[in-house]
Amino acid sequence: MQSDGPDFHRVAAMPEFRALLAAKLRFVLPATVFFIAYYFSLLILVGYFPSFMATPVLGPVNLAYLFALSQFFVAWLLAWLYLRVAAKWDAQAKALLSKLDDGGSSAALLTGARR
Amino acid sequence: MNTSLLMFLLFVGITLLITAWAARRSSGSSAFFAAGRQIKGWQNGIAVAGDYMSAASFLGIAGLIAFNGYDGFMYSVGWLVAYLTVLLIVAEPLRNAGKYTMADVLAYRLSARPVRAMASFSTLTVSTFYMIAQMVGAGTLVALLLKGSGITFDRAVVIVGVLMVSYVVFGGMLATTWVQIVKAVLLIGGTIFLSILVMAQFHFSLGEFFSAVSHVTLANGKTVNFLQPGLLYKPPYGPLNLISLGLALIFGTAGLPHILVRFYTVPDAKTARVSVVWAMAIIGGFYIMTTFLGFGAATLIGKDFIAKNGGTNMTAPLLAQRLGGDLFFAFISAIAFATILAVVAGLTISASTSFAHDFYSNVIHHGVERKPGEEVLVARVAAFVVGAVSILIAIVLGPTFNVAFLVALAFAVAASANLPVILLSIFWQRFNTAGAVCGLAVGLASSLALILVSPSIMGIDAPTVAAAARHLIQAKPLFPLDNPGIASIPLGFLGAVIGTFLGGPASSADKWLELEVRANTGLGSEKAVAH
Repeated sequence: MQSDGPDFHRVAAMPEFRALLAAKLRFVLPATVFFIAYYFSLLILVGYFPSFMATPVLGPVNLAYLFALSQFFVAWLLAWLYLRVAAKWDAQAKALLSKLDDGGSSAALLTGARR
Repeated sequence: MNTSLLMFLLFVGITLLITAWAARRSSGSSAFFAAGRQIKGWQNGIAVAGDYMSAASFLGIAGLIAFNGYDGFMYSVGWLVAYLTVLLIVAEPLRNAGKYTMADVLAYRLSARPVRAMASFSTLTVSTFYMIAQMVGAGTLVALLLKGSGITFDRAVVIVGVLMVSYVVFGGMLATTWVQIVKAVLLIGGTIFLSILVMAQFHFSLGEFFSAVSHVTLANGKTVNFLQPGLLYKPPYGPLNLISLGLALIFGTAGLPHILVRFYTVPDAKTARVSVVWAMAIIGGFYIMTTFLGFGAATLIGKDFIAKNGGTNMTAPLLAQRLGGDLFFAFISAIAFATILAVVAGLTISASTSFAHDFYSNVIHHGVERKPGEEVLVARVAAFVVGAVSILIAIVLGPTFNVAFLVALAFAVAASANLPVILLSIFWQRFNTAGAVCGLAVGLASSLALILVSPSIMGIDAPTVAAAARHLIQAKPLFPLDNPGIASIPLGFLGAVIGTFLGGPASSADKWLELEVRANTGLGSEKAVAH
C-alpha cells in the first residue's frame, strides 16, 4: 500500500533531503551528548563527592542543590533552542516536499496537518 | 459526611461526565485509539504531564525528600531531564512513522509478526507492572485517606479498577486524555497552593526556608542538614545505584508505552514536538515545587511525625492538613486519587491498544481487519480483562506488598527492552528483525532477572522484622543494585546488535529509505480525521 502512495524514493534522492538530515544531526547529536553529560556529571559528583557538593554557595544553599536546579533550566533552554531550529527544518521539509510532482497533494497534506 | 469522600465523588462525577461526552463524540478506530489525532499541542502537553506524574511522583517524591533530603530530589531532576530524550530523539519520528503503538515504528521495515508479538509482550509487561504498583498504592492510600468511611483496601482497588476501565471502554482515548488534563490542572493547582502555604510559614523568604532546611532537628535531638547529599545513596553501592536509576529514567521514559501512545493523538510531528515542550514546562515546574513540598514537610512536620501517621506516602496530605486544615487535606487527597486514576487509565488504554492492534490484528490476523470495528471491540474487551486481572493481582498482593520495585522494574524494562529497539530501528540501517526480537527479549529478561536477584527481592532479615517487610527471598542479593539499568540497558543494546549480525542480512533498503523520509518529513504520515 505504501508503494502506491507518496514517492519516498524521489525525496530520499534529493540533495535537499540529505541536507535536512545533516542539519538535524548537527543539532541533535551534540545536544544529546551535552545533556547526557551534564545530567550524569550531577549524579557522579553528588554520588562520589558528596562533601564537596555540600559546600554552601548562596547562604545555606549548597553546590549540589544549585547544580540540580540548573538541570531544570538547562533542559528548558535546550527545549527552547530545539523548538527554534526545528521550525527551520519544518520549512526545509515543506519546501522539498513541494518539489514533488504530486506537489498539490503533498502541500495539501502539510497544510491540512497544520490545521 | 466525610469531606474527602465528597471531593472524591465530585472528581469521579466530573470524569464520568467527560466519559459520557467523549463516548457520544467518538466513533471509529482512530477516534478510539488516538482521539481522532485532533488533540491540540498544549492539550496533549498537559495530558502527557497528567499521564506521567503518577502517585509515585506526587506522594512518593514528597516523602522521599522529607525522609532523605537532597537525595530524594534526584528523582525530580531525572524525571524532567528524561523528556529531552523524548523531545530530541523519539517523539517526532514516532508520530510520523506510526499509527497507534510503539510497535508500528518497529514493524515499519522489519517483519511485522515476530516484532509486534515481542513488542506487544514487552508493552503488556511494562504496563502491568506499573499498573499493579499504582493499584496497590491507590488501595492503601484511599483506605487511609477515607478512614472511617467504610472503604477498605479491597474496595478501593475495585473502585479504581472499575473507573479506569469505564473511562477507556466507553470514552476511549478522548476521555482518557481529558481525565489526564483535568488531573494535571488539579495537581499543579494543588501543588502551587501547598507551596505558597509552605513559604508563608517562612515569610516568603527563600533564605529563611533554606536555612531551616539545612538545620532540621529530628525527634532524637540530632540536627541534620537536609540539603546535604548522601543521606540515601550511601557507599558502597549508593552512588552506583543513583547512576543506574538515572540511566533507567533517561532511557526509560522514552520507552514507556503509555507516554508514547500520547503522540499519536496530535495531528502531526510538529504538534507532537510542541506538546513535549508543554509537558516539560509543566513537569519541570511541578518537580521544582517538590522542593517546597518535600523539604517543607521535613522542616514543618518532620519525618518522625509522618512515619507515625501513615508513612512516606502520606507526606503531602499530612503537610496539607497541618497548613490548610481538614478541607485542604480533603482536597489534596482527592488530587492524589485523581493522579492515580489518570495514570491507570493511560496504562489501560496503552495496554489494550497494543493487544488489539499489535497482537490481535497484526499477529493473529496478519493486519487484515475482518469486520469494521473489530479492533476497537477487541481493545474494549482487552481493557476489561486488563482491569480485572490488575484488580485481582492487587488484592492478592495486598496492602503491605512493597510496590516500589515494580515501578523500578517498569522503567528498567522500558529502558532496556523498548528504547534500544526504537532507537536502532530509526537510526541503524543494518538493523533487522532478528535484532529487534533479540534486543527486546534480552532487555526484558535481563531486567527481570537482575531485579529478582537484587536487594529489592533478596535479603536476609533479622527474625524481628515484621512479615510484611521481609524480603521475598531470604538470601544474600546476587546483584547489589536496586535498579538494574546500568547492566540491563547495555545488555539490551548488545542483544539487539548481536541478534542483528547473527540473524542474517539487513532489512529491506527500500523500506529504510521510506522510513527515513517519512520519519523526517512527515510524508505519508497518519493524518487527523476530518471533522
